[in-house]
Amino acid sequence: MVAPEQEPAAAAPVLIAARGLTKRFGDLVAVAGIDFEVRRGEAFGFLGPNGAGKSSTMRMIGCVAPATSGELRILGLDPQRYGPRIRARLGVVPQQDTLDLELTVRENLYIYGRYFGLPREGLRAKVDELLRFAQLSDRANAKVEPLSGGMKRRLTIARSLVNDPEILLLDEPTTGLDPQARHVLWDRLYRLKQSGVTLVLTTHYMDEAEQLCDRLVVMDGGRIVAEGAPAALIAEHSTREVAELRFEPGGSAGAVERLAGVLSGAGERVEVLPDRVLLYVEDGEGAVVSALDAGLRPLSTLVRRSTLEDVFLRLTGRSLVD
Amino acid sequence: MSVDVAAGGLLRVVPSAVYAGRSRVLVERATHAYRHTWLALVSGFFEPLFYLVALGAGLRGLVGTVTGPGGTPLSYPAFLAPALLASSAMNGAVFDSTVNVFFRLKYNKLYEAILATSLGPLDVALGEITWALLRGGLYSAGFLVVMAGLGLTASPWAVAILPAALVIALGFAAVGMAVTTFVRGFQDLDIVQFALLPMFLFSGSFYGLDVYPRWLQFVVECLPLQHGIALLRALNVGAISPGLLGHLAYFAVMAVGGLALTTVRLERLLLR
Repeated sequence: MVAPEQEPAAAAPVLIAARGLTKRFGDLVAVAGIDFEVRRGEAFGFLGPNGAGKSSTMRMIGCVAPATSGELRILGLDPQRYGPRIRARLGVVPQQDTLDLELTVRENLYIYGRYFGLPREGLRAKVDELLRFAQLSDRANAKVEPLSGGMKRRLTIARSLVNDPEILLLDEPTTGLDPQARHVLWDRLYRLKQSGVTLVLTTHYMDEAEQLCDRLVVMDGGRIVAEGAPAALIAEHSTREVAELRFEPGGSAGAVERLAGVLSGAGERVEVLPDRVLLYVEDGEGAVVSALDAGLRPLSTLVRRSTLEDVFLRLTGRSLVD
Repeated sequence: MSVDVAAGGLLRVVPSAVYAGRSRVLVERATHAYRHTWLALVSGFFEPLFYLVALGAGLRGLVGTVTGPGGTPLSYPAFLAPALLASSAMNGAVFDSTVNVFFRLKYNKLYEAILATSLGPLDVALGEITWALLRGGLYSAGFLVVMAGLGLTASPWAVAILPAALVIALGFAAVGMAVTTFVRGFQDLDIVQFALLPMFLFSGSFYGLDVYPRWLQFVVECLPLQHGIALLRALNVGAISPGLLGHLAYFAVMAVGGLALTTVRLERLLLR
């Protein structure tokens, strides 16, 4: 895996193009006509709450679910007609591990390569390389079941690389992992990106999206509600800083009226939660001082930069969708 | 191996989304998987042997000589052995294509993982059935050697028992895998086992069908195992007749129908 020169994203060829892409299951519309493009070398993210249509979109890109309508081209090919040819050039990390429990760690990589029709000779060296990449060389001959969650995930990612894919599809790659395991995985994924692999991932961890994605779309209810680079999305849909004022539960009542004069600039707004008041403003420290002047007496205050999480909650709402 | 010949022919008629022509990779996978559980493999060989020893040797003195196909007089163990072989071909194939396939389909998510590669559902169906067939064939070959060693083979035609047993295993494996795609839980698999036992007991394994009233004979003659037993028993004594083709046709229909249904079902379950 040698790192080629990174092309500027805009000039790189489009590897995945979707137009009006739709997926229905009976009456349920999982994906409601979305447009997007992914270019070579990019790390592209699908963000959204559960049920937003991320996984359905990923399955259509992975050529394991036909689109109900709309147009999809992957590597320039139509998945309806060329599914196997496209899949031969994809790596897939599904949401739930589908490792082969009847085989050892090494055999999982080896046999998976055989599914792609890779010849035995070259495959052995490849498997050794992937074991090192996944930091599993010392567990090569162990069965899969007793491995930790992080190890299984690393093995799944290593497995997805056995055919040297041009595009790697990762469906919630770090869900359920502890912070150490997540950081190790991010490191591995970052290396892959550096080596020129195009990453397409879904996540509902905003820090993950900020760490990994060059560009992302936010999905909600089967539609794309925002698109852009993480920093651009924050600039567009949130303010520079957020001042959080924490109260006793219920203590934030009446805050809106008192804060009416605090907000000044364009796009500045206040959000009142039962135990907290969030001030989306350009100058957080100044807003806190103004709030105290206005007679608010919070238990504690915190000023921070806006994050993707603020954008996400703004766009997809705070109510729970299951 | 004949699988590759079949692969070439199938590739011309089936779209590449369904079949990549590499079903043998699943057999390769199985050989790796069973390295870790070889004991489970070996046990299948001993089951018919225990029946043969217990019933054959035990009842030999009580039963004396029986009349086999074509009026051939046979010792009771020589009458019994082909039926046990047919049953073990059935049991091996059904166990692999139901319990093991169900585990891989629902818990191991093996087929889901495979269909994300460049393989198709027909590769999966064909590969798994081929493995079940090879496993059944190994048992049959071992049992046939024991039969020959004990002097229970009654004509040179007995050699044909091995390929015939493979045809039986193929039919049962294909139908077994198709049934498995409808199975919702392990309870359903118990029903499969529950259906196999009476078929084994009443398909004429231990005695000729002429002990039954005519209507019951007719019912039993519809069951697949009875065709397998009749086929192997006739081959053992060399009673060759056009009727044997009827038995083979029965299993050919099971094989083709089971394979087609399995492919369609895997597509519907995993590629939607």
